[in-house]
Amino acid sequence: MSKTKKKVKTIKIDLDKCNGCRACEVICSAYHANPKYSTNNPARSRIRMIRDPIRDVYVPVYAGEYTAAECMGRDKYIIDGKEYDECGFCRAACPSRDAFKEPDSGLPLKCDMCEDEETPLCVKWCLNEALVYEEREEEVDEEIKHEDVEIGLKAMVDKYGLQNVIDTVTRMSQKS
Amino acid sequence: MRYSETGFNLEIDLTRGNIERVETDPKLTELHLGGLGTNTKILWDSVSPDTDPYAPDVPLIFSTGLLCGTPAPGANRTIITAYSPQTLLMGYSMMGGFFAPELKYAGYDKVILRGKSPSLVYIWIHNDKVEIRDASHLSGKGAVETQELIKKELNEPNAHVAAIGLAGENRVGMASIEQGRSSASRLGLGAVMGDKRVKAIAVRGTKDINLARPAEFIELCNEVLEYIKYRNANPVPNVMTILQGLGSPQEMLHVDEKWHTENFVWGNARVRRKDFWNKEIEERWKSVQLDVRKRLISCYNCPMKCGAIITVPGLSTYMMKCFTKLTYSMAAFVDDLDFGFRIAQRATEYGVDGFSTPQTMAFAVELREAGILTDADFEGCPSDNQGMFYWLLDRIVRREGIGDILADGTYWAAKKIGKGAEQFAHNNIKKHEQLPLKLGMLNPVYFLMYATGEKINITQIEGQFPQSPFMTMEERQEFVRDWIQVPDEKFKQYVLDWEPRGERSNPYYPTVDMSVDIVDWQEMIHYFDDALGVCAGLSSFPLKPPYHIHNYPKIISAATGIDMDEEGLKKIYRRNRNLLRAVNVRRGLRRADEVPPEDHWKKRFPELEKQLLDAYYKFKGWNMDGIPTKETLQELDLGYVAEDLEQRGILKDE
Repeated sequence: MSKTKKKVKTIKIDLDKCNGCRACEVICSAYHANPKYSTNNPARSRIRMIRDPIRDVYVPVYAGEYTAAECMGRDKYIIDGKEYDECGFCRAACPSRDAFKEPDSGLPLKCDMCEDEETPLCVKWCLNEALVYEEREEEVDEEIKHEDVEIGLKAMVDKYGLQNVIDTVTRMSQKS
Repeated sequence: MRYSETGFNLEIDLTRGNIERVETDPKLTELHLGGLGTNTKILWDSVSPDTDPYAPDVPLIFSTGLLCGTPAPGANRTIITAYSPQTLLMGYSMMGGFFAPELKYAGYDKVILRGKSPSLVYIWIHNDKVEIRDASHLSGKGAVETQELIKKELNEPNAHVAAIGLAGENRVGMASIEQGRSSASRLGLGAVMGDKRVKAIAVRGTKDINLARPAEFIELCNEVLEYIKYRNANPVPNVMTILQGLGSPQEMLHVDEKWHTENFVWGNARVRRKDFWNKEIEERWKSVQLDVRKRLISCYNCPMKCGAIITVPGLSTYMMKCFTKLTYSMAAFVDDLDFGFRIAQRATEYGVDGFSTPQTMAFAVELREAGILTDADFEGCPSDNQGMFYWLLDRIVRREGIGDILADGTYWAAKKIGKGAEQFAHNNIKKHEQLPLKLGMLNPVYFLMYATGEKINITQIEGQFPQSPFMTMEERQEFVRDWIQVPDEKFKQYVLDWEPRGERSNPYYPTVDMSVDIVDWQEMIHYFDDALGVCAGLSSFPLKPPYHIHNYPKIISAATGIDMDEEGLKKIYRRNRNLLRAVNVRRGLRRADEVPPEDHWKKRFPELEKQLLDAYYKFKGWNMDGIPTKETLQELDLGYVAEDLEQRGILKDE
């Protein structure tokens, strides 16, 4: 299979540099308000500080995929003598917690890396550089999405009939 | 729609257990902004001036500032007011942390507590759901411990809790209200909370705060952040380390304490130890601090790191900021910082003020040495300094024996003890303990701030203008070059002309009129901050801060939609300043009370000091007794205040 280059947007999270201020939540919720910046409400943010100051736990987590069911397990991690809940690193909007859900509707939220901006705004507002934006190029397998091809062909089939399309494809493959 | 504020207060009558969500008048926001401004208005309107601070009808108000909950960096302060049991004047104490924004998101600008609960309770605010809950199981628990227990019992790790410890429950006059890394410590408001039998307020909110002109507002916030970045990269040169940067004094970051330990005074604010700091102490203190300090932390939406998580081996974790790490060690003459961190842990759980408490304990030790207090008063007290301080702290907080007398602070304790004890309560202004600082030459600007500040706490009055002159003209020019914060260019000239000695030096320079100008500017920014809920550490306190008179009107206007220019904003400052003065005047504050400690400066100038106070009062539009005149009040839409003061015979028709 052939390889192509793909730009991957990533955010490097340095827990040691986090001062726990939640500016990331502030600007995220404001940016995603409609109209933009018209409201502020960290409960709508797509990044959440999982914080427990007394245990010195400070973990910024980005909203990832929605999942309909709670997971099994929920283990604990001990890192440098400090105990973290597994959920404290998890990006899922899931039934076990209120993070990454719109407070009114309960609909799941997902980080979009602030599409229109040069860098995600949580990074821009993190003056302590706990969040650092990184772009890297990755070689990825060229992916063929058969469903996408099918959608395109279906329109042709509707217009010209299946047999005509098969004949055309056969002719094209012989030419090349 | 209301912008930048919710437009609702939560009014709780603790006696009857009644809770109401009350819409506020938007006109009051235009007149007073919010926070301290509207708190003062509520206090003026609702309580007769002769009320005892512990009377049930005195409202204890937990207020957000007008900008809290918006993306404005550092807008996170909770402004708590009542009558102070210590000064008997209006007491306002503020805390950073996360409480105020959370309260805004829950849908309230203020929580107003009235009455007294029949039993110990805590209040749980979760958006529209508000409950008064039993707290009998929390009785006697530490202030930090209580916050954790409540979050756990509510299963709300994201709730923020303001709590009192045993000191507040026992109405100790120097009791604080603790919340996360912050506390409202000064003026004994924790005692008022305890008197109302409220152990804690917990809040969780998930609603929106609206902004009037969003794009413009965010642009202004971005400018503030950019300037913070610039200032963090460019410390102010030629001033001492703790004055170079933004934030509150970076006591958790810095380990070099040569300046504080040698320039501030030890014991009962008495002894300067000029050769205290040496290599051995430096190494020991550094290792102690770095060992116990787990992380430097901030308040809500602020890039600074003024606080720290402190874990001392064998003790439960707590959080600390600012100067408390030194106050206990220095008051007790203990040369080991480890003691400071250890006793502060107990003091934080008890919930007491880190200035008044060690000062009061050192005062007791002096009284014993002077024979005014006796061995009988100290029965069971260990003989070493550390043990003695722990013992005194326990007695004060539990109000046992001599502790019961000491619990209201040095002024009231001295009055009760008599026998000349008053001479030992020497570091007070308006009955309230001050920083342990004793200096040589009178600084006219500081004289005025100490004498007249309604906050009665210099760190929340001073700021902006350098504390001392620069040594050379080059340094002065360098300082004024990018000084964009000045309200008027003349302030630059004051700095350029101010010299360490000679004709243009303290006490006669800055001149009387200049001193008044400077003080007015510094006060003004503090009054903005305290109404807006912006931390002084990004505004009124440090040199060259990101918030100032030139961007505040734009920020307020973009957030609220209220038309605002510099003149309009200055008028609000004068209105709030005069209303607060009027509240205190109605409670008896007069010129005779505006006196810094006699020994604050070695060199005093009675004639100059009189001129300074005269000029300050005149500038403010007050009479020579410090009372706002009828004309001043009327010009500030406070005609109703003038009428009241006239009816009471405080203002006389002249």
